[in-house]
Amino acid sequence: MSEVILSVRNLTASVDGIPILKGVDLEIKAGEVHAIMGRNGSGKSTLSKVIAGHPDYEVTAGEIIYKGKNILEQEPDERALDGIFLAFQYPIEIPGVSNLDFLRVAYNAKRKHQGLEELDAFDFEDLVEEKLEIVKMKSSFLERSLNEGFSGGEKKRNEILQMALLDPTLTILDEIDSGLDIDALKIVAEGVNQLKTSDKAYLIITHYQRLLNYIEPDFVHVMHDGRIITSGGKELALELESRGYEFLDEQSLAEVGA
Amino acid sequence: MAVQIPFATVSQLEEAGIVEDAFLIGLLKQCQISENEPAWLQAVRQQAAAWVARLRVPTNKDEEWRFTDLSSLVRTDFIKPIPIKVENIASIPEALQSRLVFVNGVYSPELSDVAALPKGVYVGNLNQLPQKYPIEEYFAKHQDTGDVFTSLNTAGCEDIAVVWVEKNVVLETPIHLVFVSATDNKASFSQPRTLVVAERGADLSIVEEYSGTGVYFTNAVTEIWVGENAGVKHTRLQQESEKSFHISKTAVSQACDSRYTINEINFGGRLSRHNPEILQQGEQTQTSLHGLTITSGEQLADTHSIVALTKPYGTTNQLHKCIVGDRAHTVFNGKIFVPKEAQLTNAAQLNRNLLLSPKARVNTKPELQITADNVKCSHGATVSQLEADEIFYLRSRGLSEDDARHLLIDAFAKEIIERIPVKSLQEKITQIALGKTQ
Repeated sequence: MSEVILSVRNLTASVDGIPILKGVDLEIKAGEVHAIMGRNGSGKSTLSKVIAGHPDYEVTAGEIIYKGKNILEQEPDERALDGIFLAFQYPIEIPGVSNLDFLRVAYNAKRKHQGLEELDAFDFEDLVEEKLEIVKMKSSFLERSLNEGFSGGEKKRNEILQMALLDPTLTILDEIDSGLDIDALKIVAEGVNQLKTSDKAYLIITHYQRLLNYIEPDFVHVMHDGRIITSGGKELALELESRGYEFLDEQSLAEVGA
Repeated sequence: MAVQIPFATVSQLEEAGIVEDAFLIGLLKQCQISENEPAWLQAVRQQAAAWVARLRVPTNKDEEWRFTDLSSLVRTDFIKPIPIKVENIASIPEALQSRLVFVNGVYSPELSDVAALPKGVYVGNLNQLPQKYPIEEYFAKHQDTGDVFTSLNTAGCEDIAVVWVEKNVVLETPIHLVFVSATDNKASFSQPRTLVVAERGADLSIVEEYSGTGVYFTNAVTEIWVGENAGVKHTRLQQESEKSFHISKTAVSQACDSRYTINEINFGGRLSRHNPEILQQGEQTQTSLHGLTITSGEQLADTHSIVALTKPYGTTNQLHKCIVGDRAHTVFNGKIFVPKEAQLTNAAQLNRNLLLSPKARVNTKPELQITADNVKCSHGATVSQLEADEIFYLRSRGLSEDDARHLLIDAFAKEIIERIPVKSLQEKITQIALGKTQ
């Protein structure tokens, strides 16, 4: 049986005192791809940030067990170094920091953590040139400031490039598909598929079913008002696509009625 | 031999009871100048001294000094420093043999070395300036903006650092002008003075550096004349001691088709003020001002710049950045004048500030005064902090909080530092910047 990579138990979290997550349970094993779908404001992006350790979110109860260890006390960088990777919905633009320098600093932080020697600028450039293939980026991307002036598709491809370099155990893709045209979406999805291995775990947060045509999930969860209210196989995503999220309202009304 | 000023004028004014400011006159009386000075210089000094006698130290009631309070300066008793031997001057590998050193405003031949300079260039002090250079046509000839500290320097500076580059001479080696203040226990006072003349078609790069130890007051004036189609790249590094006061003026006149760039880096001083004043006197002149000020502790650093476009086709581009930590304070005021005569000009000005602490303070006032109607002008100011989202993004890639902060601060500063034309200085300044923002 596969190893459990991530186990979220009865997790509640709030931001500025407002509860957002109201009891989330989720278990992801090695080799599995899980998708969380839901409307804007359902708490799905919050879940991804809480797993990555964003300091603005306060965990009020529950646990996040990653590779057998409760990580709630860990800093975001410690979680990253231990193999948790969050691809951002809105990657931050940082003028003045070249993409290449940033990638090298991040890559070497990981090497150092693993007790390996850091790569110098030349060796790193060779490595990154290889990885560029995965997301079909030109090397001129590397010379630009980190995400500055990148198109939506370029930013997301840059996130996948970082994923390729950092080789995480748990990858969380937070709405990696929102706002992408179909060509960019295919490149991003193919990149992820190329990097997929049986010893890694994947959590895909998305609003749209379309992405799941390209990255096939093993499990689909629907999030509503800070909880996972229903789970199923990939057919659940199709059902959501055809029925829309409105049925959730009927369901919660029904719950209230009952 | 040196004599103490009393200038005839000063004592006459004192006797007549029309001296305004005891602090200024006290400083003026400490100045020693050579009695063998040429008559033209004596005349200029007397006129300046008369000005000083009529003026007073500005206060917060003066618009130009609203946010910079000089009362701590006025309360300090400064005396002329006793000569002190200084060894080990920080050098620039690119300018080992094109370097002038002044200690407490006095030329130090043993620390200076100008062996690398070609024909057609003079770098030295006033005494050795060859007769053929008509210094009297340039010294203290910039348009007077009524600044008392400039007059004080003109009246009492002990020597002049002169850089003269003749017609069409292109100087590849940067010229390093080093002004060091070294004091014993007493608060001391010195007045560095620099005159740079780039004749028609000349091209040069100067690095002006201020540093020191202890409590002292540097009142510096640098005058630069950029001739027709000449180019001057000016790097100014102010890293005075943390207990010092530094007030300085950089006055620049540009003839037509000339290019002038200043990259000013301000790190030091308990209280520092720099006034770059650039006058475009001919058509198609280009002026660039880039500034980086980093303050920490209780420092106050103030940059007040003026660029006056007076002819068509001029351009000016200014980017001034401040990083303010602890309880420090920075002030920026940038004036750009675009009068009716300056049509088809292009002026851009931006001041960006990064606050590193909740007690840090910034006052900024970009100012454009435009009466020409066919010009492109923009100006603006931003004040920001390190964004939590930026730091989280970097940390989510495995960078520690400190490393994330440094990366962001470094990126903010780099935009200015990378414009400095001397490679070794870029590295040195990056290191100091890192240390100051820890």
